[in-house]
Amino acid sequence: MNAPVVEVRSVSKRFGRVQANDNVDLTLSAGEVHALLGENGAGKSTLAKILYGYTRPDGGEILLGGARVELHSPRDARAHRIGMVFQNFMLIPALSVLENIALFLSDLPAIIHPRDVEKRIREFGERFGLVVDAHAPVRQLSVGDRQKVEILKLLLADARVLLFDEPTKVLAPHEAEALFCVFDALKADGYAILFITHKLREVIRCADRITVMRQGRVTATFEKRDADVDTLVEKMFGSASHGAVIAPPGPQIPRYARNDILELRNVSANATGSETTLRDLNLNVHAGEIVGVAGVSGSGQKELGDLILGMRPLARGTKLFCGEDASSWSIARLRENGVAFIPEDPLGMAAVAGMPVRENLSLGTGSRYHHHLDIDWRALESAMTASFTALEFPMPPLDRSVATLSGGNVQRAVIAREMAHSPKLIVALYPTRGLDVRSAASVRELLRRACDRGSGVLLISEDLDELAEVADRVLVMFAGSIAGEFARARWTADEVGHLMTGSTEVHLV
Amino acid sequence: MSEATLPRLTVRYSAIGGAALAMFALILLVAGKDPLKAYIDTFHYTLANAYGFSELLVRMTPLLLAAVAVALPARLGLINVGGEGQLYMGAFAASAAAFAMPQAPAWILLPFVALAGFAGGALWAAVPGVLRAAHLVNETISTLLLNYVAPLVVSYFVFGPWRSTESSAYPQSSQFPEAALLPSYFNTRIHAGLFIAIVALILYWLLVEKTRWGIDMRAIGGNAEAAKRLGIPVSRWIVIALAAGGGFAGLAGMGEAMGIAGRLRQGLSPGYGFTGFLIAWLAGGRPLAILFMAFLFAVITSAGDTLQITQGVPYAVVNILLAMILFIVLARQSARRGAK
Repeated sequence: MNAPVVEVRSVSKRFGRVQANDNVDLTLSAGEVHALLGENGAGKSTLAKILYGYTRPDGGEILLGGARVELHSPRDARAHRIGMVFQNFMLIPALSVLENIALFLSDLPAIIHPRDVEKRIREFGERFGLVVDAHAPVRQLSVGDRQKVEILKLLLADARVLLFDEPTKVLAPHEAEALFCVFDALKADGYAILFITHKLREVIRCADRITVMRQGRVTATFEKRDADVDTLVEKMFGSASHGAVIAPPGPQIPRYARNDILELRNVSANATGSETTLRDLNLNVHAGEIVGVAGVSGSGQKELGDLILGMRPLARGTKLFCGEDASSWSIARLRENGVAFIPEDPLGMAAVAGMPVRENLSLGTGSRYHHHLDIDWRALESAMTASFTALEFPMPPLDRSVATLSGGNVQRAVIAREMAHSPKLIVALYPTRGLDVRSAASVRELLRRACDRGSGVLLISEDLDELAEVADRVLVMFAGSIAGEFARARWTADEVGHLMTGSTEVHLV
Repeated sequence: MSEATLPRLTVRYSAIGGAALAMFALILLVAGKDPLKAYIDTFHYTLANAYGFSELLVRMTPLLLAAVAVALPARLGLINVGGEGQLYMGAFAASAAAFAMPQAPAWILLPFVALAGFAGGALWAAVPGVLRAAHLVNETISTLLLNYVAPLVVSYFVFGPWRSTESSAYPQSSQFPEAALLPSYFNTRIHAGLFIAIVALILYWLLVEKTRWGIDMRAIGGNAEAAKRLGIPVSRWIVIALAAGGGFAGLAGMGEAMGIAGRLRQGLSPGYGFTGFLIAWLAGGRPLAILFMAFLFAVITSAGDTLQITQGVPYAVVNILLAMILFIVLARQSARRGAK
């Protein structure tokens, strides 16, 4: 192995309460593809952004070619011949490929000689398998071709270290394969490539070395030949419990008769843009049961939640709510019949910042408090007070605008509203994401209690520990389908992790 | 929002008006006119004179309705720039109603004509509403563009089917039947449209602030994503709010046709629809502020007439005054934002 061109030594970075990078060490050599593997939120992107000068680390140092450097901005990084391909491309759709690339070149003369640039684009393109029409406007290009333009931009700007932040997320499988061929060609030419992903198959396909991150720390670095899927999954999803049952045993007999609150039969849904197509889903949620949905982001969990909530139409199949065909029910009708929603981002998805708390509490309560043309505010207030009390939440002043409440209090207000009418089904979409440990625990506790009172809960989460703690059953989603289903205490992080990353075929209990 | 009491608003807007008048005085000076005399004349012919004052109220009538036409959809975050076109279509539909039942008594014909005026504007605005609700066309663009179509519809009818036979020189319809005309009062041109406008303003306030429908609409304006997730029928409200707004503008057109002109004419409105947009926007959608702003704009546009006659400056100079008021309000808002 050559001497490393990039060396990261105990770099740390903290965002508020989150330790995004914790004493991270990493080396990257010329002529290698180094995969950076980890779950969402493991700190991979943060590390890449630090290397690109986009984020300043709190501590640690970065060495380039053995010399210590301070990267204050992406401009510094580019001057050190580091380039980055972002998840969202930085291209101007109306301009041609040539113009987009020319804009990025710092050594460009005031008067551009398009032919020179074009020649270089062709040279690089042919050498590395990055052939695109230099005169086509970027808006006409496929996603895969746009990514080629991004790479060409960096190559023409003389970058030798290339950082790829989840480059395959937006690509179709054949495009991803083409990208790996590009990696091979670049590697052969001595470029150093850092490849961020959470898909194991891709890592096995193209990486020379693999660094696994978990919760901001590097948990392992492997040579490709030493790595196998099992070890990687273990390092990604948690350590101690490899092969062991991590869920505590729960009650074996359902506390309620197995009434289906929600049932999906062969449900499919179409997708546009970056959404995930849902294929042939079958699931049910009983009264008094918490069904967890696990999956890496973009596997279709959000789409599934929206489909159940009535935000998204079914293309095929049937959605039954308490035995009734609710496939075409409106959001309002579902809510009126007892569907509640606990969102990831209450201020964005379930509250109106500019309106007072009182009015926010009335939103989405259907016709319960209608009083002629107005709302029976007294009845609403007493119902909401009862709900706040039952949840042991402090009641915020009703006349205050929601914009003035803290994030935690906004979430409490939303939860109190959603729980006020003993919902039959609670759809919780990443309800604890971004919460501190205590708040997260109290959200889990309230889901548990709602469940004890007979609600059915669908808990969509990325946190396997959370699912192990509260879910009676866990469904694993991958690429818009349900890849597996496990009963409480009958699964390991290992098995679920395999299914989440698509590294094993479907197997059901 | 701070408490917008009447005295506070009066002080605030008088200060804005005063500052604008002071700057406008400079311009008159530069033009070689006597600003003091110009202002005294204007005051004399408008505010201090019974007839002049009645004319202010006449002007204020369509402005109030056109402002409500903008303010209502704005509560949902919709930008209705189409007041002018909706006003024309209201006048057109009201005229059609009046010509359809020439023999009907006033107690039937007047409500029918008013309803038709509302419906004309409402249907015209519903088109952009439907397009927006279906995520096809942005309502700002479609309402704006329809402004160029509506006057052509009116032109077609006053040049063609409805053209008056009495005087062939002037493109206008024949007189409406007597029973279709809005009653006027005190021997002035103040007509029943003023009451319609004030009722419309009160309805707007009640609807937005005092009903659960208002909460739905404001929720959409505040966070459309959350509103949708909470089961508020967002698309339906978009169509309804734009149509209702268009209806109010249509009533303004009806008032101009049935209360002032007595017949359908080509140049029905000197841009009341656009001025209404400015009023609604400057007033931030607050009903009392709309009332005040509509009055202020009536004064300013009347001042244009006076200045033209007494000082010999072109009517268009009042546009300078309007622009100055806009600038001052804008500057005040940015200053307040900067202070935060």
